[in-house]
Amino acid sequence: MSVLLGLFSTVAIIAGIVFFVAGTVGLLRFPDALTRLHALTKADNLGLGLIVLGLLPYAGSVGAALKLVVIWALVQFAGATVAQMIGALAVREHPTSAGRQRR
Amino acid sequence: MMGLVLDGGIALLTIGIAAWTIRAGDDFAAVVGFVAYGLVLTLAWTRLGAYDVALTEAAIGGGATGVILMRAGARVKPAPAARASRRARIIVGALSAAVAAGLSAIVLLPPQPAPSLALEVREHLASTGLGNPIGGVLMAYRAADTFLETVVVLLALFGVWSLGRDAHWGGRPGPALRPAEGGALPLFARVLVPAGIVIGIYIVWVGADAPGGKFQGATLLAAMAILAGMAGLVQAPATAGRRLRWLLAAGPIVFVGIGLAGIPLAGAFLAYPPGFEKPLILVIEVALTVSLAAMLALIVAGPTERAP
Repeated sequence: MSVLLGLFSTVAIIAGIVFFVAGTVGLLRFPDALTRLHALTKADNLGLGLIVLGLLPYAGSVGAALKLVVIWALVQFAGATVAQMIGALAVREHPTSAGRQRR
Repeated sequence: MMGLVLDGGIALLTIGIAAWTIRAGDDFAAVVGFVAYGLVLTLAWTRLGAYDVALTEAAIGGGATGVILMRAGARVKPAPAARASRRARIIVGALSAAVAAGLSAIVLLPPQPAPSLALEVREHLASTGLGNPIGGVLMAYRAADTFLETVVVLLALFGVWSLGRDAHWGGRPGPALRPAEGGALPLFARVLVPAGIVIGIYIVWVGADAPGGKFQGATLLAAMAILAGMAGLVQAPATAGRRLRWLLAAGPIVFVGIGLAGIPLAGAFLAYPPGFEKPLILVIEVALTVSLAAMLALIVAGPTERAP
């Protein structure tokens, strides 16, 4: 059982790291603000989510596990809000380049 | 081995970000570098097991100071960086190198055995009623430092206020707020502020027995006030308001009051009469938390920009 849990954690954390690396590459390589935001928010949501999922078996107590989940939820919420604000600003400032996909 | 790789990576990242911040082209980039530097330092303190310092660095070093610097950078008109003369640069470089060498010598060549009061503190920690040795030291052995730190924050707030125009003295800081537009930020503030207040109070409370404390908790509470302000949900208060002035002064007044009472009751300034340590420390912590939160929020809100 513990071997299975360890395997699960390893796979989840490695998958999370892959999302963080992909998000970082996207942030550096994508052409405009909206696509860069898209890459960045994937790292926040899925990357951190998978890492938290992988750490849950090692949290030690239900309370500690719950704290990890709350941290993930708060980061997601903050990330989504900031992405909305930066996106809105990008569309307002450069309607042609930033809003290309939208129109 | 893994630990060494991680620590080495954090050390390199710290130096790299510091160098990048110094060379950053404009104020905004430099502040972003400073905030990132604070977060990496937080990781470093965590690796050293100094969780109290890590929390403080994240909340006050990277967080609050970063926001204050960003607001200051936005107010100051961009000016071409004055380039110091060659001689001045050499002197500054030599002095900085001397400080770095001195610090390195202390860290790398400590006297054997290293002088430490840690054991004695741990022995007497129980008498303060606190379980967190950091909290115990800050509130019992170094209470004067803690008191002066809060006074320094208050003086910084006076400094910020005095940047406003005479006509605006006592008025509200910052420009008049537009009514909140529908959007992500007001929703975010409505949901996060209640949660953040609970977490802020929790961090103050848990500071008695675990990493946390008033400075970190107060910073979180101040951040919630700033978030509500940015979202247009609340207005910054008029700085001449009597209630606000009392709120700002409450912490230092309570601290110095209990400190002075310690002279007749316990034999020394800022000494606590035996048996009353824990309740007195709690009263001081609560008063300081409220005052510090108000001070930090108002420092970020900036100089007064509207007539009272």
